[in-house]
Amino acid sequence: MNSISQGFWDAWGLILTFDPDLYEIIFLSLQVTVSAVIIASAIGLPLGAWLAVNRFRFRRYAIAILNALMGLPPVVVGLFVYMLLSRAGPLGGFGLLFSPEAMIIAQVIIITPLIASISHQTLRDLWAEYHDLLISMNATRMQRIRALLWDGRRALLTAMLAGFGRAIGEVGAIMIVGGNIDHATRVLTTAIALETGKGNFAFAMGLGLVLIMLAVIINLLIHALGKTERASTW
Amino acid sequence: MVILPLKMQGATAHIRKKRLVGPVDITITADGFTIIMGPNGAGKTTLLRLMHGLQRCSGGLVEWAVPHAKAREKQAYVFQSPIMMRRRVVDSIAYPLRLRGLSASAARATARESAGRFGLEKLLDSWAPMLSGGEKQKLSLARALVIEPDILFLDEPCANLDGRAIREIEAILRDAQAAGTRIVMSTHDMGQARRLAQDVVFMYDGKIHEHTAADAFFTSPTTKEAHAFINGDIVE
Amino acid sequence: MKRLLGTLLATLVITSASHAETMRMAVTTSFYNSGLSEVLLPEIKSDLGLEIQLIVVGTGQALRLGEAGDVDAILVHSRAAEDQFLEAEFGTHRREIMYNDFVFVGPADDPAGIRTADSAAGALIEIAKATAPFVSRGDDSGTHKQEQKLWTEAGVIVEGDWYRAAGAGMGATLNVASGMNAYVFSDRASWLNFGNKGDLDLLYSGDPALFNQYAYIPVNPARWPHIRNDLALALEEWLASDKAAALINGYTINGENLFTFNATQP
Repeated sequence: MNSISQGFWDAWGLILTFDPDLYEIIFLSLQVTVSAVIIASAIGLPLGAWLAVNRFRFRRYAIAILNALMGLPPVVVGLFVYMLLSRAGPLGGFGLLFSPEAMIIAQVIIITPLIASISHQTLRDLWAEYHDLLISMNATRMQRIRALLWDGRRALLTAMLAGFGRAIGEVGAIMIVGGNIDHATRVLTTAIALETGKGNFAFAMGLGLVLIMLAVIINLLIHALGKTERASTW
Repeated sequence: MVILPLKMQGATAHIRKKRLVGPVDITITADGFTIIMGPNGAGKTTLLRLMHGLQRCSGGLVEWAVPHAKAREKQAYVFQSPIMMRRRVVDSIAYPLRLRGLSASAARATARESAGRFGLEKLLDSWAPMLSGGEKQKLSLARALVIEPDILFLDEPCANLDGRAIREIEAILRDAQAAGTRIVMSTHDMGQARRLAQDVVFMYDGKIHEHTAADAFFTSPTTKEAHAFINGDIVE
Repeated sequence: MKRLLGTLLATLVITSASHAETMRMAVTTSFYNSGLSEVLLPEIKSDLGLEIQLIVVGTGQALRLGEAGDVDAILVHSRAAEDQFLEAEFGTHRREIMYNDFVFVGPADDPAGIRTADSAAGALIEIAKATAPFVSRGDDSGTHKQEQKLWTEAGVIVEGDWYRAAGAGMGATLNVASGMNAYVFSDRASWLNFGNKGDLDLLYSGDPALFNQYAYIPVNPARWPHIRNDLALALEEWLASDKAAALINGYTINGENLFTFNATQP
């Protein structure tokens, strides 16, 4: 109990004194995760919509695989990306290992199935509602997908936030591909793991609180943005 | 170019081996106001869906005067329970125009202009799913008619609406017909059928039992099921 | 909203290009946890204008990173594995830099009575005899290999509920030991810097068999053209310098010296 409150006050001290190391870590966490969410959404949302409107032979298998991929252990993803990006790996020539880009790639792989699966579930319901209308209006496949993505955008925001939550709290994969290098690839979660390893529970706890606060702020911000756009309950 | 006449020959629809409709032979000519009547389960909705192409025939033919792809562009359909897109009214009306490649501003301008005809001018910026039942159905009509279709199908559009909404919708339909849109509509409401119909299709057990001019149908139906239906007897 | 997202994206995607020369070095967790790197790295940066990016991993993974050409040099402490690494020509040469030592940590009341042991092997025999809980790294790291070597020397075959392999780094293993009030084999630096000691205490140290030699190995640039061998050699020269010697020998935690500099000039 004592160490929890101690960590809380330590963390507040760092936040309020604008500790540059802490803010660097926070900024990098946001940079990596927001980039990953944007890229994963660019892939996952249309994929979810595409799965919702198309009926093809292996659809059920595709959805089953997608749902299974959601449970992929981040460490496995990390190892996979490490082996890809390692100098000895097929993409080694880009020299991306131990960089924020590598962390973004790993997070994209982790959260794309999540975003695609959640958006598929919501858009499947919306498609059931829209199906007859859009068919009647002779909308092309592309137009159907676009209508679902646009009209379902509030629910899709939830899918994106779920992806954000998973990515910002992820440690296993980015530890492997980022390397937790001070001033280069250290983010909140890897810093927490490091401090825990040193037995500095109070400080690790404090960083954990910062992480939670960050997630809450982002969620509130996104919801506020959504509200200003449309003052209705949708 | 008018896509009519629509010809159905031996058109049949099944669902899991159970026959819903057919075989049906019917021709929908270029002008007129056709009312489809019949008891529940007679196949009215299925017939409309077959005509519009929402459902494929399991047998027989549905043919337009032009190829199907072209014909699809000049048809519209109004569902019994309105399907509201999660958009504002103006964007809902504009949507079919957007699908046809109009710019957002041009489509919206057309939608705003047309709204008056449907009594929607004060609701343009409302959120479509929040409208009342009558308003939703008027929006459905506005959305269907904004593309100036050659033919409009309606599946019991006035079910569950109050008298005032029904009167408004019937007026809209008369105007649309006057403007050159062929109308095919199913209804349960005998009074509505009498007010609107130029010809009547009477369906029973998936088949067309009668297809005659409205006057003839209401005064001297030829089949005993139609006779009983008009008399208000229970027809199963 | 779109515009805001756009600006956000732009700021996020554009990462500031780094200016100083950088090289990557894989180091062991035990070295990093000692805190010595926080003293050395700023000095290296001001003397050489060289920014060292540390990848902190176990010895096994550090060697793999060198093998794959993902780091320019490694600083590890596992002689047998280092020799294999050099034999396979993954590294150019090995330079001993410094040593610290391993210690036995355990419950302060010392149920196995290892405080008075006459050697490291003797301490292990006492623990095994008492079947007192013992937590091992169990992660194939340098520390783990050293521990296994000592068990072999003691002639003890470890099995039974009292012996637990954590499969984790030094810090995590110390956390487990602290939670279980168990014996644990640790490097001195990790132990001194560890913040969650609980009822644990340093019980035995001093046997020369517990000395832990750190060696620096530049990765072979003949295998990987992108390897910055020039920087690796500059760093080696600095690590073997008198200045480094003073910093390493002078580094203390709670007044205790941790490392002994022992690099020799060629």
